[in-house]
Amino acid sequence: MTLATQPVTEIERSYWQRNQQTLAPWLFLMPAILFFAVYVIYPVFQSFNLSLYEWDGLGQAEYVGLRNYEDLYWEYVDRDSFYVSLKNNLIWLVLYLLAIPAGLFIALFLNQTVTGIRLYKSLFFFPFVISQVVVGLVFTWFYDPAFGILNVVLGWFGAGPVNILGSEGTVTYGIILAGLWPQTAYCMILYLTGLNAVNPEQIEAGRLDGAKGWRMLWHVVLPQLRPATFIAFVVTIIGALRSFDLISVMTSGGPFGSSKVLAYYMFEVSLSEYGFRMGYGAAIAVVLFAIMMIFITYFLWSMYREEKR
Amino acid sequence: MTSLKTTLAAALAGATMLAGTAFADGHAKLTGDLKIFSDMSNPAPRAVMEGMVARFGEMHPDLNIELTVIDREAYKTQIRNFLTADAPDVANWYAANRMRPYVDAGLFEDISDVWDEQMSTELASTKGAMTLDGKQWGVPYTYYQWGVYYRKDIYEELGLSEPSNWDEFKANCQAVIDSGKKCFTLGSKFLWTAAGWFDYLNMRTNGYDFHAALTNGEIEWTDDRVKATFANWRELLDMGAFIDDHTAYSWQESLPFMTNGDAAAILKGNFAVAPLREAGLDDSKLDFHQFPAINPDVALAEDAPTDTFHIPANASNKDNAKAFLKFVVSAENQTMINAGDALGQLPVNNKSSVDEDKFLLEGFEMLSSNSPGGVAQFFDRDAPAEMAKVAMEGFQEFMVKPDDIDRILGKLERARGRIYK
Repeated sequence: MTLATQPVTEIERSYWQRNQQTLAPWLFLMPAILFFAVYVIYPVFQSFNLSLYEWDGLGQAEYVGLRNYEDLYWEYVDRDSFYVSLKNNLIWLVLYLLAIPAGLFIALFLNQTVTGIRLYKSLFFFPFVISQVVVGLVFTWFYDPAFGILNVVLGWFGAGPVNILGSEGTVTYGIILAGLWPQTAYCMILYLTGLNAVNPEQIEAGRLDGAKGWRMLWHVVLPQLRPATFIAFVVTIIGALRSFDLISVMTSGGPFGSSKVLAYYMFEVSLSEYGFRMGYGAAIAVVLFAIMMIFITYFLWSMYREEKR
Repeated sequence: MTSLKTTLAAALAGATMLAGTAFADGHAKLTGDLKIFSDMSNPAPRAVMEGMVARFGEMHPDLNIELTVIDREAYKTQIRNFLTADAPDVANWYAANRMRPYVDAGLFEDISDVWDEQMSTELASTKGAMTLDGKQWGVPYTYYQWGVYYRKDIYEELGLSEPSNWDEFKANCQAVIDSGKKCFTLGSKFLWTAAGWFDYLNMRTNGYDFHAALTNGEIEWTDDRVKATFANWRELLDMGAFIDDHTAYSWQESLPFMTNGDAAAILKGNFAVAPLREAGLDDSKLDFHQFPAINPDVALAEDAPTDTFHIPANASNKDNAKAFLKFVVSAENQTMINAGDALGQLPVNNKSSVDEDKFLLEGFEMLSSNSPGGVAQFFDRDAPAEMAKVAMEGFQEFMVKPDDIDRILGKLERARGRIYK
């Protein structure tokens, strides 16, 4: 009996010893993989599945195939809410990127040694620290047609009151401007840390070769800031696509739904006061996921290429 | 020490049980727990709710009442979670179609047995609003009238009197506009305020039954009668009756236009009276009139939204909850919680007395004797939630772009085809 068990334990022990090197990382990764799978991967597929159903979140779900997507398509054709949301998402994507050059120039401007520069830096960073809800409220008051400071100032120059958040033509731009305020601060911080890592010898060499101003910035400084630019690009794109809180606080998607974006529209049809269409919300989420996937794939691919080098 | 306490408590419990049998007429002492979730989060309603719980607690000292007050807007989305997962014994909600999703999903308890003969007579005016599929699903605790609240001093200054028909209504408005003011203030940012206008214009143009059928999805939005309603609305828009930029304001933010004297009136529920009074409009400056008839052939009907209490189907202390609901609708409690210094609204029990308040008395008078057509809840309670959302966006859009009416109605009609099945 002892003879029979002995070799077995020996084999087991040696298996662990042989594979310790490969198994240990997986063991450490296990908790993260598990949570990621349960709370991210699984819900993603659940959403795909849910988008094929009609469900009010309470009763029985009814299988409807691709009808939710068909409805979205017709909403697109009819220039209805889905079309408006998609269009606004595009406007957000393009204009939100302005935060990157704005952040870069503020960073360049603040990247000097003057007394109290730390205070200025933290003041510029301030909007990113306060909650998006507060930013939204502040800008709502700023734009208010009756007492907002914007219209008070316009009044001094004899310009009539403008109803930025109340008219469909301007509302999205008004909200994006509010969003740019904290986003610019975020990009600024990314560039400030990047500027710390700029090699002074290269600057010196550039100067000796007669580079100044724009040429210095474009050919010497910016190439060294590439990692910072990449991160700023990633966070800004993702920030633009998931813009939700500002819209919710400032307009609730209004007036008559003209400031909705996909994320807000999804919330509205499935989770808001008047929404009971979980399946439809899931279908919108899938579309948003597909759009995000384009960017995420690009980011991952360029990161992979970077590492291979 | 603890053992002494428990014996004392036991002795007390025994005594109250004896007393309970002696006064068995609804005053039997309750024991156990009662968990209440309430959306009465504004200061005055909150005080009312806390007062009610305190008084009910005094009547039943051994009952452990746990009250959770949730922000009124947040409540509207949270209710779906807590009705399924962690249900309280009593929860606030709204009457009519607004309870439909929870009734259909079996999440509200059928409490037809609470509605005995006495209660059905005393609460006759709101019983219909609590009834779906022939059963009662909750009890009302308050309701309030809608109508035109106007600046009496401005009307007097311009020599105007309360209008009794559509032509007078428009003539008044024209006079106000000619004096450099706006007729009506409005804050349509959160959409439902515009639905108040639609309710009244449609009920006055086509009558209560048509309005009920429309919100029930039985009539096409592209129907000519609906267009007639919008044509009447358009007359007001073309006059410039409403304040500019109303899409940017909530209803609270629209009130200063009235208190400053830039607008002469507002179409609103009685809850607008409290903030208007606080802003300095006393009874010599603020008055009320019923929305006048437009089409003389249809009977007058009113909006009178009813707020309610329900018992979730998953509640664990249903008997205690039923006792609480009976207490809420009792004549005495109704008088107390709807008084001018409490909710300032109308009691649902006809044995209660209405507070000596100008607006409450006028509203009570109007609803009990001058609303022969019927009493509607409100657009977003009569129509299913999804339809309400789409339609109210349409109303707001129409107010900004009245020329696009055909496109907007087409959109509503498509939504109707999808939502009612």
